[in-house]
Amino acid sequence: MDEQTNVKVKILRYNPEKDKKPFWQPYEVKIEPDATILDILNEIRWKLDGTLAFRRSCRSAICGSCAMKVNGRNILACETPMHRFKGRGLKIEPLPGFRIIKDLVVDLDSFFEKMNRVRPYLLLDKPIPDKEFIQSPEEFEEIREVCICILCGACTSSCPSVWSNEEYLGPAALLKAYRFIFDSRDDAADERIDIVNDKNGIWRCHTIFNCMEACPKHIKITEYLSRLKVKAVENSI
Amino acid sequence: MKIEEAKKFHKIDTVVIGAGLAGLGAALEIAKGGGEVAVLTKVYPTRSHSGSAQGGIAASLANVAEDSEEMHMFDTIKGSDYLGDQDVIELFVAEAKKTVYWFEHMGVPFSRTEDGRINQRAFGGHSSPRACFSADITGHVLLHTLYEQCLKHNVHFFNEFQVFSLLIEDDISRGVVAWDIRNGGLHIFHSKALLLATGGYGRAFKITSNAFANTGDSLSLILENGLPLEDMEFVQFHPTGLYKHGILLSEAARGEGAYLTNDKGERFMEKYAPQKMELAPRDVISRAEQTEINEGRGIAGKAYVHLDMRHLGKEKIMERLPQVWELAFNYLEVDGTKAPIPIQPAAHYSMGGIPANIKTEVIKDAAGTVVTGLYAAGEAACLSLHGANRLGTNSVQGAATFGRISGTNILEFIKTVNYPKMVANPLERAQRKIDSFMTNKGKEKHALIREELQENMTGHVGVFRNETDMLKLKKIIKDLLERFKEVSIDDKGSAFNLDLLEAFEVGSLLNFSEVIVEGALARKESRGAHYRTDFPKRDDKKWLKHTLAWKTDKGVKLDFSRNVTIYMDRYPPLERKY
Ligand SMILES: Cc1cc2nc3c(=O)[nH]c(=O)nc-3n(C[C@H](O)[C@H](O)[C@H](O)COP(=O)(O)OP(=O)(O)OC[C@H]3O[C@@H](n4cnc5c(N)ncnc54)[C@H](O)[C@@H]3O)c2cc1C
Ligand code: FES
Repeated sequence: MDEQTNVKVKILRYNPEKDKKPFWQPYEVKIEPDATILDILNEIRWKLDGTLAFRRSCRSAICGSCAMKVNGRNILACETPMHRFKGRGLKIEPLPGFRIIKDLVVDLDSFFEKMNRVRPYLLLDKPIPDKEFIQSPEEFEEIREVCICILCGACTSSCPSVWSNEEYLGPAALLKAYRFIFDSRDDAADERIDIVNDKNGIWRCHTIFNCMEACPKHIKITEYLSRLKVKAVENSI
Repeated sequence: MKIEEAKKFHKIDTVVIGAGLAGLGAALEIAKGGGEVAVLTKVYPTRSHSGSAQGGIAASLANVAEDSEEMHMFDTIKGSDYLGDQDVIELFVAEAKKTVYWFEHMGVPFSRTEDGRINQRAFGGHSSPRACFSADITGHVLLHTLYEQCLKHNVHFFNEFQVFSLLIEDDISRGVVAWDIRNGGLHIFHSKALLLATGGYGRAFKITSNAFANTGDSLSLILENGLPLEDMEFVQFHPTGLYKHGILLSEAARGEGAYLTNDKGERFMEKYAPQKMELAPRDVISRAEQTEINEGRGIAGKAYVHLDMRHLGKEKIMERLPQVWELAFNYLEVDGTKAPIPIQPAAHYSMGGIPANIKTEVIKDAAGTVVTGLYAAGEAACLSLHGANRLGTNSVQGAATFGRISGTNILEFIKTVNYPKMVANPLERAQRKIDSFMTNKGKEKHALIREELQENMTGHVGVFRNETDMLKLKKIIKDLLERFKEVSIDDKGSAFNLDLLEAFEVGSLLNFSEVIVEGALARKESRGAHYRTDFPKRDDKKWLKHTLAWKTDKGVKLDFSRNVTIYMDRYPPLERKY
């Protein structure tokens, strides 16, 4: 057994059935020094306070359940070791910009609903071949990185343009639009560009780069959104 | 209790439990065919564990080398150590190719060959490069694409609903009762057809690659309804779980040439599989690692060995194995380009499950009698496609293909039948479970019981098994089951009560774990992933049989009369040598 250390943690708690508004609750946890934020939350739940709620599943940074804000940054709890925040106590709160359901669990319905607005599925006019559609490695490369998005919400939640306008599609939904617009197999790019080429679409992105910093998968979101803007302009002339 | 007391009552032709590749594959086929279908899932669909699959999806497309359905079939049969049902495998290898094209036509971004076709790579146990892949996020893109298609075709989703009981009476499925995780409260779902697609259940073990959601709830519910589980003793241990975490480092690392080394710096596979070395099958490598650890040659005497990729060079590591590098770096702060990565065997894939026939209909005995309206697919099911050991990349394929097949069969079924009568007190069982956790004054904590279970499962029915250990474990589980009755929870609320959900899940783990142990105790041979140090040989005369196991008041009842389907003229059992 590795030696354990004491960690001071403050968690923003909220139970809709009891609390008028969220409040900070302090905990002190004894845990191994290489523990992740998720390990700490589990330790609290399992040993100290079973009422704490948060989402988690894969614990390998691929399912997107555990995005939350720690010491001011949106991160995935499962892949972030606590020593990233060396020497400091931990302040853990839910993703900002969304309604809190309970404790660290937020309501992502609006986030997913925006995704649906860009028609996130391949649309085809051409006949379907017997085998696969031919797509070159270069064409695949166009969409490879954007496909890594795990829909955790960290980007959209960090975007000031989203905070100030609820109707704005936000980085994740725009990235999804990009994924299909730039898929060589898809036949509905124009239709999707019409959807994103809107005051609540791509033009609300002011290239603030918060989303890119927040993305746990290091997707160059702002760059892709800029390419979307170019495409939208090309299409309208 | 009356139906009206439920928060909501839903009447839907087909209810699918689980939104992984199996559940979504079925739902999509039903919706496309004009059937009515709802999916219930305890995690948001794209958070299902299918998304974790990195390596690929098997199909004999022959895009990069010679391959055929026969070759895929033989590899799967041999990999299964001859316990796989050959009719199921035959259907699988043919449908696998269709499934890959089906995915591609829906927009799955596959990695490509130079001439623009789906790229394929080599994987352990497959004699030809057969794994279609998308970089190292294959499961993720398959899952997201399927989910998006389900939205397009208006599949109805009940996200964050956890099933608490199945409504089965007189061998007819009538629906389920589920807990609304966000708001609290039970819902009744009355259906003609019910598909169980709740995925793997590796969470019974301490060191596992499985997600928190993988707790085998539906398996436990099957047992609770007096129905059997099949071949539960076969649990695959993956050789490269990240030390202490169990998080999977893809087989691709060894595929690209990484070494396995012990405390002395020796490539110990030389002793165990001199030909195949690090590319020997998973069970062989896991046993080799465990032997090194048990004999004191783990690193610094601890329970791990090293995965060394340094000689591959930074460029190759970053280009081909970025996820492996990133996981080791994030979780253990080990830079794989400069230092070897600590790894140990991790419970990874569960071959056993809910017994189902080739049409995915759940069966209730060795004769194959069908439970009307009840279906199972994916890792929760045992058809048996993987027999005693599944090959890498065959499982996402198995989940998707038999999900799809299940959907087609259910579509036919719901057209021909009326709604079965609802049971008299549908809420009773689920409510009783909730009441017990909520009102219990007992001092037991579900988390501690789970930890004890996991620790002992890994210790006593892990990579190596023997009678003495398992008899001990049997008693431990009995005690834990008793203690579980005294579990009380801290959270008495309705909204997102994780305490309640986890308590329920620990109950699931305990229930089916007992069956794993009993099966492993009874099966006095070694086959595939099941290795008995006291019976190290495969014994076809006695044990070329499936295991069926029921829970009764008197304990677990076993039946070994279910035959394996074998085409003796084509694929007679041979020794499994690599
Ligand atoms: C880390 C990892 C990597 C892997 N890599 C590969 C690979 O490269 N190739 C390969 O072929 N296989 C791989 N596998 C195995 C493969 O991913 C799984 O076997 C397969 O994805 C299982 O799919 P499924 O649809 O059966 O279940 P899952 O995808 O696990 O879905 C289960 C669903 O059931 C739901 N559920 C469970 N219980 C309940 C309940 N009580 N109420 C409501 N809903 C419930 C969950 O919410 C979830 O939606 C890997 C497995 C792991 C763990
Ligand atoms: S638990 Fe899945 S991303 Fe963190």
